[in-house]
Amino acid sequence: MSVPVIAVQGLCKSFGSQRVVDGLDLTVERGRIYGFLGPNGSGKTTSIRMLCGLLTPDAGSGTCLGFDVLTESAAIKRRVGYMTQRFSWWEDLSIEENLRFAARMHDLREPRRVVDQTLERLGLSSRRRQLAGTLSGGWKQRLALAACLMHQPELLLLDEPTAGVDPKARRDFWSEIHALAREGLTVLVSTHYMDEAERCHRLAYIAYGKLLAEGTPAEILQTVGLSTWIIEAAPASAAAELKDRPGVEQVVPFGLRLHVSGADAETLAASVSAYAEHHGVVAARAESSLEDAFIALMRGRGSP
Amino acid sequence: MNAFSWRRLWAVLAKEFIQMRRDRLTFAMMVGIPIVQLCLFGFAINTDPKHLPTAVVVAEADEHVRRLLSAMEESDYFRIIAAPASVEQGQALLSAGEVLFLVRVPPDFGRELVRGARPALLVEVDATDPVASGNAVAALSNLLDQSLATDLDGPLVGLAARPGPVELRIQRRYNPEGITQFNIVPGLMGVVLTMTLIMMTGLAIARERERGTMENLLAMPVRPLEIMVGKLVPYILVAYVQVTVILAVSRFVFDVPVIGSVLLLLGCVLVFVIANLSVGLLFSTLARNQMQAMQMTFFFFLPSILLSGFMFPFRGMPGWAQAIGELLPLTHFLRIVRGILLKAHGLADVWPNVWPLLLFTLVVIALGAKRFRRTLD
Repeated sequence: MSVPVIAVQGLCKSFGSQRVVDGLDLTVERGRIYGFLGPNGSGKTTSIRMLCGLLTPDAGSGTCLGFDVLTESAAIKRRVGYMTQRFSWWEDLSIEENLRFAARMHDLREPRRVVDQTLERLGLSSRRRQLAGTLSGGWKQRLALAACLMHQPELLLLDEPTAGVDPKARRDFWSEIHALAREGLTVLVSTHYMDEAERCHRLAYIAYGKLLAEGTPAEILQTVGLSTWIIEAAPASAAAELKDRPGVEQVVPFGLRLHVSGADAETLAASVSAYAEHHGVVAARAESSLEDAFIALMRGRGSP
Repeated sequence: MNAFSWRRLWAVLAKEFIQMRRDRLTFAMMVGIPIVQLCLFGFAINTDPKHLPTAVVVAEADEHVRRLLSAMEESDYFRIIAAPASVEQGQALLSAGEVLFLVRVPPDFGRELVRGARPALLVEVDATDPVASGNAVAALSNLLDQSLATDLDGPLVGLAARPGPVELRIQRRYNPEGITQFNIVPGLMGVVLTMTLIMMTGLAIARERERGTMENLLAMPVRPLEIMVGKLVPYILVAYVQVTVILAVSRFVFDVPVIGSVLLLLGCVLVFVIANLSVGLLFSTLARNQMQAMQMTFFFFLPSILLSGFMFPFRGMPGWAQAIGELLPLTHFLRIVRGILLKAHGLADVWPNVWPLLLFTLVVIALGAKRFRRTLD
């Protein structure tokens, strides 16, 4: 592996007295899809803004695409595509006008040709004169992605790109992200969706501005070391009864099923078996999900 | 629908008051505007302007002349601030707007008065703003008769009879017919530019911020200067369209004389436009949304229109109000427009009002650039 695309150490950012990002270390290799997870307000957006030069870190150091994040934000901006959390293209400009503006902003050689190609690829050639504000959520997202890819960035920063987008559009979106990564583009994507997290090569989990876990999805599951049991057709009272038994940390209902997890595998197994026997229900060991793992991580940290 | 509920009404009321209190700027406006208005209308504005700056050119100062001048000052309408040595110097003061009246006392005034020869007292008036000088001129002839009556006493009492001991010759300069439109219509150019430009630029950036497009713009490799200039130039063009319309209407509908250089005027317009755009830009860096940008514009516009000499005579305001007025770009622009259109001012004549505009712009841009940082923090 060559030099990492992102290599930052100890990034900090405070707004007023609140420390939003607290000592973030991050290394992202080229061509990877890197998932950025964490609860709301955990500092994901702020971290992404620091990486693309929109915010200056209060402390820390590092490089993005080989450029210093503190001093060379102009060079970084030219090579990064940043898709904001909220649709941030001009709703009172047409699709074509938005794309043309982006092409000119990045000083592209043949803006007209690039815009035409982009429209073609999006399948929006016939609707090029439509105002961006009249597009549906899914189309807005596709337009935003296309617009930040026009200058062929080396790094794509996506801040909750699929919020409010239907499942089909989300799946298409991720297919495209994978296709781009195969061509060598590095992607850093923040998300709340666990199915999306599982599609990433590596994950970072941050909460309250601190990095709590980092690695491949499997590695994270292993570090958290959670074991999970599934109880089928659990009675309504099961959750309340199980919650306080030894070894039980989480009880989450999924329809009629109950997921019961805890870090201490043996104690948990004993508690669940005892319950299942007593009530005559079926309990079986299962793979812990990423969601279980992250909730365990959050509980482990407690509230700030 | 169920019956009217006092509890629900109370809930709505409480919510409104909480929101009102949270929006600091709106709250400040609600309290601030009445106070500002009270101060401006109550103290600063005077439709019967007094203590108007006056210059006198006296060829021969004797007791009669001295009595005449002190009577003028005692009338409260005139404040003698200069006694230039020559008529030309006096006229220069009048042209520059330093004084509104130039009183010329001819040689032999006293002697001719005593002889009963009805000497002439020549008063040149800057009639650009007919409202400013109207009452003072009216008061003048009365004042002459009364002040000199005591001089013409004893054996000379017969001379005090009508038609008055002195022949008062009033010369209304720049706007001899005293047409109010000649003053207001060119002034309107400045008012319209102030209003539209500050508001438009204020909104332009606040809108980007409100809609979230600012983040996108800032994430692109664009320099702050490019954004600023790119956002301002369209409004410069808008400003010139407005100026052209107002100038054409002034000339052809209101018959306002255009005796100075239109080219010079258009050049000064650019200076004034940039001054206003810089204010708009500063406001847009301070405002969090379009509503706040509007409120700030209004807060700036109110004193501009009241203290600049647009609606009420500048020289009739108390010193502190004039001092505030001197800080406003509109004040200087009004003098420039009226000077060029009505007094045929050249570059040298308008310069005393151009440099304050440049200085103003420089200061405001420095403040704005400090606030307008490329990063979001």
